[in-house]
Amino acid sequence: MAEITMTQALNKAIDEAMAEDDGVFCLGEDVAAKQGGGVFKVTSGLTEKYGEHRIRATPISETAIVGAAVGAALAGQRPICEIMLMNFVGVCMDQIVNHAAKLRFMSGGQTPCPMVLRTTTGVGVGFGGQHSDMLEAWFAHVAGIHVVTPSNAADARGLMRASIDANDPVIFIENILCYGLTSEDPGPGYRVPLGKAAVAKEGTDISLITYGRTVLDALEVAGELDKEGISVEVIDLRTIAPYDEETVLASVNKTGRALTLHEAVRPFGTGAELAANIQEKCWDKLKGPVRRVGGTFAAVPFASHLEQAWIPTKEEIVGQIKASMGKA
Amino acid sequence: MADIDRDKLRDIYTRTMKVNRTDEKFRALLMEGKVAVMYYCVRGQELVSAAAMAALEDDDYVVCTYRGQGEQTAKGIPIKKWWGECLGKETGTCKGKGGTMHITDPDTGIMVTTGVVGSGLPIANGLAMASQNNGDGRVTLVSFGDGAANIGGFHEAMNMAQLYKLPVIFLCQNNRYGEHTAYADHTDSPDISSRAAGYGMKGIKADGNDVNDIYPAMVEAVEHARSGKGPVLVEAMCYRMMGHFFGADFSYMPEEHIAEMKAEDPLPKLRKVMLEHQFTEDELDSIVAEIDAEIDEAVQHALDAPLPSTDEIYKDVLEETA
Ligand SMILES: Cc1ncc(C[n+]2csc(CCOP(=O)(O)OP(=O)(O)O)c2C)c(N)n1
Ligand SMILES: [Mg+2]
Repeated sequence: MAEITMTQALNKAIDEAMAEDDGVFCLGEDVAAKQGGGVFKVTSGLTEKYGEHRIRATPISETAIVGAAVGAALAGQRPICEIMLMNFVGVCMDQIVNHAAKLRFMSGGQTPCPMVLRTTTGVGVGFGGQHSDMLEAWFAHVAGIHVVTPSNAADARGLMRASIDANDPVIFIENILCYGLTSEDPGPGYRVPLGKAAVAKEGTDISLITYGRTVLDALEVAGELDKEGISVEVIDLRTIAPYDEETVLASVNKTGRALTLHEAVRPFGTGAELAANIQEKCWDKLKGPVRRVGGTFAAVPFASHLEQAWIPTKEEIVGQIKASMGKA
Repeated sequence: MADIDRDKLRDIYTRTMKVNRTDEKFRALLMEGKVAVMYYCVRGQELVSAAAMAALEDDDYVVCTYRGQGEQTAKGIPIKKWWGECLGKETGTCKGKGGTMHITDPDTGIMVTTGVVGSGLPIANGLAMASQNNGDGRVTLVSFGDGAANIGGFHEAMNMAQLYKLPVIFLCQNNRYGEHTAYADHTDSPDISSRAAGYGMKGIKADGNDVNDIYPAMVEAVEHARSGKGPVLVEAMCYRMMGHFFGADFSYMPEEHIAEMKAEDPLPKLRKVMLEHQFTEDELDSIVAEIDAEIDEAVQHALDAPLPSTDEIYKDVLEETA
């Protein structure tokens, strides 16, 4: 099979879902052919196939975009809306948190809200403080939504299909730095079930739990530490919330050590929830405290060397692993 | 617009009185202490809801607010389920998990009742977008207040609806107050309907206390939206004759305002129109008596109904927990 990039993987997943189901449609800023098929080209070529009704280029109106997705979902369609960059969710949180997430529950199950909210973000491209944040914890804290992020192109294809299939809202986070990653194309119809983590690399000494772009860092670090005789198991959550507790706990019960890693700032991040849960449920097997690595608790800075210092570094990850192993 | 025919008048009167008698009953129950829940009174706005719902088809979609009793009952929501929900019972439309501010009944087109001011407009666009996509011919009506016209989502939704020519009716019930703040203290422009022009949209201002003005306006709006010409903003002038919610203070309303709203009360005016159209006092009274009997039965049913089981808190969170 051919190689595909993450951008192509997402495009193929959306394309095949639209071909199979007339109720699937996209809306967002700049997404249609006239605007070049999306800022990151994920919806490229789809307007030509499905028309402007199903690839709706919208005004710059995030509340109206997400609200429209909610309404269309209530009417039985499967909208895929796009919030160009993740920080812009700040202007449409009400529609996500008070409506998309809660309408199934508040209606006693009568009005599920099957929609995907695609969004992009990532530190390391020089976008500065208002265009870079990973805000997954904001959504993981809300009952009634799935939060998903792929770390490779094949998973992107499978997770997007599964997200469109899902009968609940999905926040689908794409990392700008990952669009160009390539995988062997898993082919049409491929699905990665929501709520299932992947063991990206097996290991026996410590569980390194992460997702999205930092999976790449985790795998690199794990490869280097293998040479030093430290065997790191890398867990790629893929679905951040609700996450695959079974896989996480099984891994930590096996290794007896855990480190969480995310690009988002460390305080009150998803790593804190993972750590607390692991400590409650794996206490007897733990050989030491669960440690956490995350972004610096400050806005993402602009100057390149500041930005690089802000991001969790490989040295930091190695340092925390060695500290866990009592080798610091 | 020609005179409203007698059948339609009877229909509007019946819907209006359903709304009014439900409101009266709710306030009586609260006053007697038989129930203790949040309830947003609709006294003074009954006719607006009734005329709007009478202009819709049964399967059209409606999005309303915490003050949505009028749209809900006038649209024909099964009232046993409605009372069940308001009393937090298992028999409610939403198994007691939504409550007075979040009534949903898709079977009668009540798709969302939101407690967040202005949030219904963008969602109404989505419902209408679905209709436009699948050609089902429905229109969506979203009701909101004068205060809601000042939230950002109003602007975003109006512009988007007009851009796509969505089959939506934006019904602004201008009851002259947003909570305790009078219209003139939150908006300088003399009316809200004129904002439609700024979006290239059709705008209509109507007297919500006069059936001969509000009903034709609603029909015109619905026809416009359904014909594919795009959305309409209707501003229905009315009064909120009670506090913001049951039990809330409304001493801040000036004497003159109270006098004005009493003079404009839509109910005596509607009754007069009915009599002018050769409905008899007896006929009108019997419509109300029938409504009262139905409400009494529904209230008793709700009072007697079981509470939802506590494991409902774990259900309907996600599909997996349905
Ligand atoms: C976003 C938001 N802000 C504030 C409130 C609190 N609140 C509830 S109703 C209301 C007044 C709304 O006035 P209006 O839109 O005129 O509707 P009415 O109550 O008069 O029907 C306010 C401020 C809210 N529910 N949502
Ligand atoms: Mg008001």
